[in-house]
Amino acid sequence: MELSLATRTVGEHTVLEVGGEVDVYTAPRLRERLLELIDGGARRVVVDLGRVDFLDSTGLGVLVGALKRLRSAGGSFALVCDKEPLLKIFRITALDQVFPLHPTVDAAIAADPTVSGA
Amino acid sequence: MATVRLSFSPAPVHVRTARLVGVAVARRAGVREDLLDEVRLAIGEACTRAVALHHQYGLPDPVLVEMSDSGAYSVRVVDRAPIEAGLGLAALNADELANEALTDEALTTGVGFALLAGFVEDLQVRPVAEGVGTEVRMVWPVGR
Repeated sequence: MELSLATRTVGEHTVLEVGGEVDVYTAPRLRERLLELIDGGARRVVVDLGRVDFLDSTGLGVLVGALKRLRSAGGSFALVCDKEPLLKIFRITALDQVFPLHPTVDAAIAADPTVSGA
Repeated sequence: MATVRLSFSPAPVHVRTARLVGVAVARRAGVREDLLDEVRLAIGEACTRAVALHHQYGLPDPVLVEMSDSGAYSVRVVDRAPIEAGLGLAALNADELANEALTDEALTTGVGFALLAGFVEDLQVRPVAEGVGTEVRMVWPVGR
């Protein structure tokens, strides 16, 4: 399935819904979109991987890039993922210790330490 | 002898084709359904690695994928990059992954290797027998 990208705003958060296959061919489009969002001023970004059915090392590299960029800008970055095959990928690569991973968008937003009053 | 042999120009767009073919042949060979996601990911990682190496060295040569189902399901992914480039693989720990100084390329390479090593029990990365290059050889049991 082709990559799909849709953005919505939830309070102070920008939620990027990703679907389809994120691989060496499509990952550059995900990188571009994340850069557009960050360059456009988004500082609290949640990437929802709920509709992703394939994710490879290139896609993971793009997500780590966004995490580092936002952290150095004083922002936050979190992932939403509740599919076991994808979670296994995060565990095997040790990236489950790098990304905040949440089962739902609401949980990701509620757990954001940069939100005032959270 | 290989059951199916696929040769593709080293472009990212063809990696998906290699994954699809690899899984189709695995299914046909009798690899368990619950292993097919891992087969798909591993073949994709091996091909992504080969494509990246060909780009890095400016090599137009095709990447070769050979699938064979004699006894077990084995897949060879062969690149033509200098050997010292291909064998320098290492998984990264969480601190290294989060390190600001780590380049995107190094991160993706390390993560790709972690996925290969994590998902393929029978994995070998070695120089090709003839000429320049390395081969990633992966074997999965067939449930017959």
